[in-house]
Amino acid sequence: MSSCTIYKRELSSYFSQPTAYAIIVIFLLFSLGLTFTFGEFMRVGDSSLEWTFIFWHPWVYMLLAPAVGMKLWADEQRTGTIELLGTFPLSTWSAIIGKYLAAATVWLIALVLTFPIVCTVNYLGSPDNGAILSGYIGSFLVCCTFLAITMLVSACTRDQVVCLIVSVSICVLVLLCGYDPVTRELSKVLPPSIFEGVVALGIWDHFSSLSSGIFRLKDFIWFGSIISVCLLGTNAILSSKRA
Amino acid sequence: MIEVDHLTKQFGTKRAVDHLSFTVKKGEVLGFLGPNGAGKSTTMRMITGFIPPTSGDAKVCGISIVDNPRGAKTKIGYLPESAPLYNDMTVIGFLKFCASIRGLKGTEKNDAVERAIETCFLNTVAQQSIDTLSKGYRHRTCLAQALLHDPEVLILDEPTDGLDPNQKFEVRQLIKRLGQTKAILFSTHILEEVEAACSRAVIVDRGKIVADGTPAELLDQSGTGSLTDLFRKVTSRDTEAAA
Repeated sequence: MSSCTIYKRELSSYFSQPTAYAIIVIFLLFSLGLTFTFGEFMRVGDSSLEWTFIFWHPWVYMLLAPAVGMKLWADEQRTGTIELLGTFPLSTWSAIIGKYLAAATVWLIALVLTFPIVCTVNYLGSPDNGAILSGYIGSFLVCCTFLAITMLVSACTRDQVVCLIVSVSICVLVLLCGYDPVTRELSKVLPPSIFEGVVALGIWDHFSSLSSGIFRLKDFIWFGSIISVCLLGTNAILSSKRA
Repeated sequence: MIEVDHLTKQFGTKRAVDHLSFTVKKGEVLGFLGPNGAGKSTTMRMITGFIPPTSGDAKVCGISIVDNPRGAKTKIGYLPESAPLYNDMTVIGFLKFCASIRGLKGTEKNDAVERAIETCFLNTVAQQSIDTLSKGYRHRTCLAQALLHDPEVLILDEPTDGLDPNQKFEVRQLIKRLGQTKAILFSTHILEEVEAACSRAVIVDRGKIVADGTPAELLDQSGTGSLTDLFRKVTSRDTEAAA
């Protein structure tokens, strides 16, 4: 119940200010812009959207997802409203869930608004819509993971700029350390055991299997565990800060 | 109503609150006095459940804030020191949000919000965005939030700080009026407020109670009939520490 109240407040806060609109518009411009330029949508004829469209999402998220999540706790701590939340009869956990879901909803709306490209491929060809849906799920899970990382960083600082810089850096690392061209280079310089550890932290393997339409339980477990760890970490940090 | 029992808070090597014990009964307004850094806000934050005590306990309406923080929090209305608010909301939107978190619904919620707006004279700014409010209105909006659920216990951290003389007078009258049916603990370092609004006052210094009594008793203790003299006599000064 209280999670729901927090969720509604956070969501309306995103839309009563320019934040959500700016993020959604920039996401649409970038994701579709990349599809038609570097993705070579018109030349390749990829109706599954895997390489021309979904492929670009994580690159846009790594910069924009932290922009949505950075205020979640940093702002509460800067303005002191965390003291109000902390003295209301609700658990820190329900505030975390409410805030997290609100930020995820902003991204869900942004993703839904890319529907014209799905209509386009259905009009131009006969794609496997199941694979497209799977790609969207993969894309959304990557975004949720980046949001969870941002939320964890946001709990550590009251400065939104610091939160943005640190979160973007972590997201870039998580994305790059599983990306093929980078892993190839890493395999040459790192000892095998460390290399495997680094690659296991990378998001790319889990994203690419979903974006090519393959549902593997281990990918969902990976996304689920990273998100849970970040949210549990947020709870631990917020509690320890008060002690 | 409020029973504070050997409440202690240790921050690293500094003991901010040192085995503090006092009670506030229904119908009593307790003024909480002390120099800056004496531990007033820390004590209030512990009673309201925002920070956990290092040792000791506080009971609100018989409910321990250590054992059942959620239960105790439902009995308390709290005005934090800097009157923190969500700047992106309107006054009425903010109060409705707080009422929802307090578990109020439907007409009950609307009535509570309306009553709080009237009690704190917020009619003229109810639809206004919080970031456009003057300091006086911000304080009163935060006070209104504390009154929404008609709590049995009110904890007000410097409720008159930064207000103009008219507003100070109004808030003191309000505290006096509310104090007839509730237990109120309010901190201040304006000594004339004690005589104006309190039925009893305690002076704390370095986390310990150094004087306790009705305003008349405290005036007697001072020997000179001046609260300022008593305050200077029983509390330590920054300059002493430096010397």
